[in-house]
Amino acid sequence: MGEAKYKVGEKVRVMKAYPPGHIRTPFYIRGHTGTVERICGAFPNPEELAQMRDGLPAQPLYRVRFRQKDVWPDYQGPEADVVEIEIYQHWLEPT
Amino acid sequence: MAKPELGKYQPLSYFQLMEVSLRELLVEKGLLTEQQIQAEVENMRGRTPERGAKVVAHAWVDPAYKKRLLENGTKACEELGLDVPALKLVVVENTPQVHNVIVCTLCSCYPRMLLGIPPDWYKSRAYRSRMVREPRGVLAEFGLQLKDEVQVRVHDSTADMRYLVLPMRPAGTEGWSEERLAALVTRDSMIGVSVPKSPGKNA
Repeated sequence: MGEAKYKVGEKVRVMKAYPPGHIRTPFYIRGHTGTVERICGAFPNPEELAQMRDGLPAQPLYRVRFRQKDVWPDYQGPEADVVEIEIYQHWLEPT
Repeated sequence: MAKPELGKYQPLSYFQLMEVSLRELLVEKGLLTEQQIQAEVENMRGRTPERGAKVVAHAWVDPAYKKRLLENGTKACEELGLDVPALKLVVVENTPQVHNVIVCTLCSCYPRMLLGIPPDWYKSRAYRSRMVREPRGVLAEFGLQLKDEVQVRVHDSTADMRYLVLPMRPAGTEGWSEERLAALVTRDSMIGVSVPKSPGKNA
């Protein structure tokens, strides 16, 4: 099982990459910075599973919280609104 | 588009045909029996939002259970005898300051073990794309107007977790039994697009 590199409360950036395949990182969040809300455990990499491989070592999975105003500059709601997304460690980089 | 005539033969769609072909092959190869497939379909149909409502009502009356539910949703469901295999459940709590709502922008991940088969709108492109982009507007369309002081937390269910909203217990339900409380908990209130029913005189 992969070791969790990031801690709860730490700032992380989602990689801005566009590889082909079965990717569980939504396009709209790539390149954005958020804060680790919790660590969900480690799971076989779905990008590998989709290719009929075992997906091991398991990838730590984080729930990352993003401010809506950061994600959508023209967001119509209050500053405090957030969106939380599960992101695998190999999609995250330190800020 | 021509309206399909009721009672008349309709050709199978692409995915219906694929389902029939796969099912017949599985039976033919002896991997499954028709009875097993039928039993599983019945099992899936048997899961209804009442399962989720039972969890919510129990959390409302038992603060220690609520704490365990928020810490580890899967384990807490098992405590109630709800078998939730393969469901890694994260329960998010609504408070006077925070409103949670669930969406899966990539496909249609949904806590089926607790809420049954998802409604069609949950899988629609409009809900999936708009809920992350303009949640307050979409909630208003569901009839839920939130004040600006309430933080909206959208949960995009993108990977291995499944989410359930723990709605706020309606006022005026003091001393109610769990069963009576559970009847107020709607499917939509556990997705986060509405709140539980009010304890009207019919409740």
